[in-house]
Amino acid sequence: MSRYGPLLLLVAALFALWYAAAVPMNIREALSAAERNGVVVEPATAIERRDANALGLVAANLAQIPAAWAQDRPRLPAPHQIVGELWQSVVMEEIEGQRGLLKSGSLSNRGLLLHVWITLSATALGFVIGTVAGVLLAVGIVHSRTMERSVMPWAIVSQTVPIVALAPMIVVVLYSVGLQGLLPKAIISAYLSFFPVVVGMVKGLRAPDAMQTDLMRTWDASGWQVLTRLRLPASMPYLFASLKIAVAAALVGAIVGELPVQGGGLGARMLAGSYYGQTAQIWAALLLAAALAAGLVAAIGGAQRLALRRMGGAA
Amino acid sequence: MMNAPIPQTVISARGVDLTFDTNDGSVHALRSVDLDIGKGEFVSFIGPSGCGKTTFLRVVAALETPTAGTVSVNGMTPDEARRARAYGYVFQAAGLYPWRTIGGNIALPLEIMGFDRAERTRRVREVMQLVELSGFEKKYPWQLSGGMQQRASIARALAFDAEILLMDEPFGALDEIVRDRLNEELLRLWAATGKTTLFVTHSIPEAVYLSTKIVVMSPRPGRITDVIDSPLPRERPLEIRDSPEFIEIAHRVREGLRAGHAEH
Ligand SMILES: Nc1ncnc2c1ncn2[C@@H]1O[C@H](COP(=O)(O)OP(=O)(O)OP(=O)(O)O)[C@@H](O)[C@H]1O
Ligand SMILES: [Mg+2]
Repeated sequence: MSRYGPLLLLVAALFALWYAAAVPMNIREALSAAERNGVVVEPATAIERRDANALGLVAANLAQIPAAWAQDRPRLPAPHQIVGELWQSVVMEEIEGQRGLLKSGSLSNRGLLLHVWITLSATALGFVIGTVAGVLLAVGIVHSRTMERSVMPWAIVSQTVPIVALAPMIVVVLYSVGLQGLLPKAIISAYLSFFPVVVGMVKGLRAPDAMQTDLMRTWDASGWQVLTRLRLPASMPYLFASLKIAVAAALVGAIVGELPVQGGGLGARMLAGSYYGQTAQIWAALLLAAALAAGLVAAIGGAQRLALRRMGGAA
Repeated sequence: MMNAPIPQTVISARGVDLTFDTNDGSVHALRSVDLDIGKGEFVSFIGPSGCGKTTFLRVVAALETPTAGTVSVNGMTPDEARRARAYGYVFQAAGLYPWRTIGGNIALPLEIMGFDRAERTRRVREVMQLVELSGFEKKYPWQLSGGMQQRASIARALAFDAEILLMDEPFGALDEIVRDRLNEELLRLWAATGKTTLFVTHSIPEAVYLSTKIVVMSPRPGRITDVIDSPLPRERPLEIRDSPEFIEIAHRVREGLRAGHAEH
């Protein structure tokens, strides 16, 4: 309990802050709605309220505070509204919806699960491509001076270009050569995730000390043997640290890649939510994306523990 | 000398010079080193820190190239001998790979040299018995004491039956009692395998106890100041260290070390 105590306290404080912030954010809409329903609010007309201070409006209409937490299209939805939206779009949609899992046997495109799945596939594919490319580049860099000089600067430059600007171009270019759907998003994911892998693996492959490489030399080991028997195993802790960053980056890449194409996915859901003022939908997608990221990082952590245990547990 | 018939020369160094060029000037690590080492000899190198003991071993193992002079190993260059896998090198730290079991560590050079699985298993078992580590095959290095790790690293150097054993202060980090035991064990191993051994140490008793030949070195520049052929018999119980012969050789080594120092 004492371990979770501070955490619970922090979460409670965050919720309190959130509810408090939702009141001035949504008070105008709440007052307008109340006015339409014939409730007398202060000041009475929307024109008068337009220039008024939000906190002042709250103070003048304390009775409308609960309404600020219950708007249809709030600027800032209250936590329970987001939870409601999540429940609706993750569970109820599949159970009750015409095209939901229960009635049609496949995930509804109005629910969130399908979009999580779409984003997850692009993330996974991009992560795998990025990791493989990152490891290969790192191996090249460690073995060749020329590659170190030529690849590393480009790898760094590639990460300074804002991905939001680059993503639509990648999508358009790939579309023009006939590639669409999963692959363009995966490539944007890979573009973001290969970099931490390169940096971590270059460091990891160089981790063995002089004595360990000298031993290999006295045994007349080939370059391949040094790589597979010494450098790669020695780099494992570095690899997993990089993979955790890479998988989160891959998720960001997939979501950004979904913005320009209306092919579904959490990114598309967020964009649709902002078109139609469905803030709760944006927040629900956002929270799911965050949960997905946490789950992916935790999965890498699990793989890391498994791998390191197989490697003696003290590596 | 008692062991008069000089055995077939395995390592022969002639006028070996080595200068390291570093950012703040050059270091003359070895100067005109001449040395012959016969087959099956146990040669200790002793001298103050920085006198080039490690450097000489590394030159023999082709991990370092001399700036002048020649070294030949069985008539080959050190690098050819390295390619022929003539060396078992034991470093000051055990240098076991933490992600491999003790058995896996000892099997690693065998794996690299292409021994098949059955042969690897056989040899690992054999050398582990030799260094008295039987039963620890499946343990990881961190589960062993420092002395056991060092024995494992010796077993690893023995496993592929290299002709020449190079040991750089293998027991430097161990306490006196463990060291005595390992010295006895090493001597037994050497007697059993007959391997030509080059052994670096800072301890006079260790050098005298183990060696058929003691090379005394002095620093700046690193050079050989005395080579002592030991008259002690090959069979050496620990008590031999109280014998007059032993004390006399130890005395001569100490004198050699002091003389090297006095020149400065
Ligand atoms: N790679 C290197 N680059 C530059 N100088 C070096 C290098 N290796 C050794 N030296 C220098 O060469 C000299 C001899 O070093 P060496 O390691 O052979 O001494 P040592 O006799 O083994 O000493 P110790 O007993 O402390 O191990 C030292 O002055 C050392 O600083
Ligand atoms: Mg040394």
